[in-house]
Amino acid sequence: MTNVAIIGTGHSRFGSRTDVNLQELAWEAVKQALEEANVEQKDIKYFSVGNVGTWSAEPLPAVVIGEYCNLVPSGTMRVEAACASGSAALRDAYMAVKSGEVDIAMAVGVEQMHQSPNPTVVEMIGRAGNYFWEFENFGLTFPGYYALYATAYMNKYGMREEDLGKIAIKAHHYGSLNPYAHFQKEITMEEYLKSRQVAWPLKLLDSSPITDGSAAVVLASEEVAMKYTDSPVWIEAQGVGSGTANLSRRTDFTSIDAARVAADQAYKRANIDRDSPSKMIDVADVHDCFTIAEVIAYEDLKFAKRGEGVILAREDQTYVGGKIPVNVDGGLKAKGHPIGATGVSMAVSLTRQLLYRAPNKAMQAEIRNGRALAHNVGGTGHYAYVTLFSTRRPGL
Amino acid sequence: MISDVREAKQREIKEALKQLDSLTKMTGLPIYPEPKTGNPLWSDVRELDLRYQIPVKRIYKFFEKMTEGKVMATKCPKCGQVFFPPQDDCPSCRISNLDWVEIQGEGEVITYTVISVKPPSFSHYSDYVVGIASFKGTSVTAWIDGPKDKLRVGAKVRLEVERREEEGYITYKLVLV
Ligand SMILES: [Zn+2]
Repeated sequence: MTNVAIIGTGHSRFGSRTDVNLQELAWEAVKQALEEANVEQKDIKYFSVGNVGTWSAEPLPAVVIGEYCNLVPSGTMRVEAACASGSAALRDAYMAVKSGEVDIAMAVGVEQMHQSPNPTVVEMIGRAGNYFWEFENFGLTFPGYYALYATAYMNKYGMREEDLGKIAIKAHHYGSLNPYAHFQKEITMEEYLKSRQVAWPLKLLDSSPITDGSAAVVLASEEVAMKYTDSPVWIEAQGVGSGTANLSRRTDFTSIDAARVAADQAYKRANIDRDSPSKMIDVADVHDCFTIAEVIAYEDLKFAKRGEGVILAREDQTYVGGKIPVNVDGGLKAKGHPIGATGVSMAVSLTRQLLYRAPNKAMQAEIRNGRALAHNVGGTGHYAYVTLFSTRRPGL
Repeated sequence: MISDVREAKQREIKEALKQLDSLTKMTGLPIYPEPKTGNPLWSDVRELDLRYQIPVKRIYKFFEKMTEGKVMATKCPKCGQVFFPPQDDCPSCRISNLDWVEIQGEGEVITYTVISVKPPSFSHYSDYVVGIASFKGTSVTAWIDGPKDKLRVGAKVRLEVERREEEGYITYKLVLV
């Protein structure tokens, strides 16, 4: 087993990208990542593609993208873990290098949701719980699933609407600074409170948008990484977990079990103090597909005690300069959530953070420990991936 | 009614196809500018009507009993685990042909939401409440019916079987007590 480093990153502009097709969109990120890593396509011995699809026309996107980007004939597959498909793709490429099978691999995440009309996308995402027992008979929507969490959380811990509003305002603040973000506009509490109900208690401004985008990273083994770069960012550890598809098979709606399992694994593997991990982490990207998900992520990652995640939000402790900066790239909420790309996008954002390459000074966290964390949840806690990135070579 | 939704959908598709056909006839290409950006988009000329056929043989009893007004779960005769939604295999004990038990009495609402932005296939409904209620540890997700002022976490509910008028099929709901 070898250490694995990120030696190149690529990121497309997120948004409604009807100016390109799926493979052209992927190429934007792939090209950038190849250039940053200074590798040729023939050096990439394996590539994985995170993509959920169904709203876009290509049913077998991995090879369509491989062909367009000249990555053929290296091995590949399309990886699906719902909204965590990007992290799953990262994991697949990471394992290919870590195992020693290949020296250099690439993880690509891409999603083009605007190939279908919005109502069709609402219908398709709503089906992504437990199809028969949740959607077919009761018409749950994706905001609806997370709204069930928000209701339970508010009831148990006395969280207010304004608390979630603070999360949305922060996301839009950083989105406004990020040239890659879907939403590049600040919002006010008044706008937040007035925004229309989507699935009570969640509003439109609690929700991540329907977004197109791509991201890519080039991974290399320890031996090879040093030949290409003197500033590698290592994948220090990763934890993975799963949860029930059917929400009625869960008992607690204030925490996501799969995410806690994944966080525990990652912290254990990286020897992170599980009582106060935020002291050892400089910046994090967490899965804020809805504002409530960010509050729960604070707690599942142990940045805050159960029921106290909301205090971090109230006290603005997750801005740059706070206790633990979170989603200072705008998060899913403002940067956008192209489902299959999101996990890889997190890896790109955090790699650039650790190298002091945030696209805007005002969104650059102070790097003291040289460590960043990505928390990516698929479905409503169906899948969870927690990944730690470090400027320090693991084992040192 | 679901038939109205289907007819409206068909009308919408027909209208869109008519426009597409006339565009193709005029220009020789099914390409139109996206209203917001003007980006040229190729409008797919191939259709796909997705409607799944889901096997229910192993849990057919659930549907039979529902027509008698009962909502059933399965229970493993060996370890006693109750399964809802019902399933006929206990993966812990690795046995099949589980027992059937009715979910009875009062349950308690654990959480709920009101769906305002609906999937197109539910667009014929006004906003509906979806909740999860626990019946002695067995949880059921369903629509919650009854007086809105009683709706809260902890509220008591009963399971009821009803024929959903819009679609005409029999299903279950939670009713506030
Ligand atoms: Zn059993």
